Amino acid sequence: MDFINLFVRSIFIENMIFAYFLGMCSYLAVSKTVKTAVGLGAAVIFVLTITVPINYLLDNYLLRPGALSWLGAEFADVDLSFLSFIMFIAVIASMVQLVEMIVEKFAPALYGALGIFLPLIAVNCAILGGALFMQQKDFGVITEAITYGFGSGIGWFLAILGIAAIREKIAYSNVPAPLKGLGITFIITGLMALGFMSFMGIKL
Amino acid sequence: MATEKKNISEEKEAKKKEMILFLSSSEEKEHFLSKGNRKLLSDPLDDNNPITVQVLGICSALAITVQLEPAVVMAIAVVFVMAFSNIIVSMLRNMIPSRIRIIVQLVVVASLVALVDQVLKAYAYDVSKQLSVFIGLIITNCIVMGRLEAFALGNGVYKSFLDGIGNAAGYGLILIIVAFFRELLGSGKLFGFEVLGHKAATVADSTGLYALGYENNGLMLLSPMALIVVGLLIWVQRARNRKLIEEN
Repeated sequence: MDFINLFVRSIFIENMIFAYFLGMCSYLAVSKTVKTAVGLGAAVIFVLTITVPINYLLDNYLLRPGALSWLGAEFADVDLSFLSFIMFIAVIASMVQLVEMIVEKFAPALYGALGIFLPLIAVNCAILGGALFMQQKDFGVITEAITYGFGSGIGWFLAILGIAAIREKIAYSNVPAPLKGLGITFIITGLMALGFMSFMGIKL
Repeated sequence: MATEKKNISEEKEAKKKEMILFLSSSEEKEHFLSKGNRKLLSDPLDDNNPITVQVLGICSALAITVQLEPAVVMAIAVVFVMAFSNIIVSMLRNMIPSRIRIIVQLVVVASLVALVDQVLKAYAYDVSKQLSVFIGLIITNCIVMGRLEAFALGNGVYKSFLDGIGNAAGYGLILIIVAFFRELLGSGKLFGFEVLGHKAATVADSTGLYALGYENNGLMLLSPMALIVVGLLIWVQRARNRKLIEEN
């Protein structure tokens, strides 16, 4: 039951885009058509599901205060948490590189679909944000971290899919000239975020 | 890719000349604040603003603009990180192999951000709690990476420094404007001071605007309003400056 709770929370209530504005740069840049939006969204789900658990292990067995106690009693009070930014981003950048190579080798079709988006993802704030929120949330077991990563990815995917669909349609409407493009996208995202706030009422 | 390689080889040729220029800065050909250099500083404030025109760095910007104080701290942090990461990457630009340049840039930026984070934790703990993960997210702030890629990799140290300061200031400017409106309209305060008068339990006890029956707009405190305020800012800017208007 707890996992479903966490899953729904991370998709709707703590949506990466609408609640925290993470990954906005690529969200705004790649949401002109639904097709590319789906590609980037899928890549984000993929990478978040992989990197959040890896960073969870790293955090629990290397970085947090007392994490090194498995090495022996004298390491028990070592606190490496000031290194977490560098470690997380290094893991993310190298995982993205690795995933890109693996996908290219074993799933050329998927690579064709995700290919150009994968390198973009290394600097997507949603991925690092996922790792940092995971650190803040103090998960007990790794399955929770996996659920959280996957759920946040789905939330991001839904958000970019929604805005891309709206932007495709809005090309036909008569928007005031200075608002065209970026301005109206911001305002629509704001309205969508207001809509998503209604999920806060859900008691889980 | 091709143009990048060309740039790098051109850079190498110009490297020697530039090193001499950089070392003998007293005899620099270009004046310290020449017209071109001033433009590097002033352009990102309006015509080429990183948030409203280049669409970079929105990620960590919006969630921290409920009050002015964290917005100002964030702006200062970004100025520091951008100025120094631009300097460092510009110094290293002829040594970084282009295949792994993103990782190198990320490590440079991440170390600077870790520094900022530790300093904030030591000297401004409350603000650092308020900013929570968003200080860490400066690392993936696209504006830092974007300027490193677009400018510092192909330009000299001093110019990159100016570009970093200019872009970070343009980013901070938007942050502070948004925070100004959100704090003023949302809670009637600026930097925590009650500029619109004191709001008491009843209208009769209140002072200032509240005595006239004015109410705060609680909606401004919610995160979606940050997006809408930025949208309106873009509207104002593009209405003033017609050449920025997009096709669709």
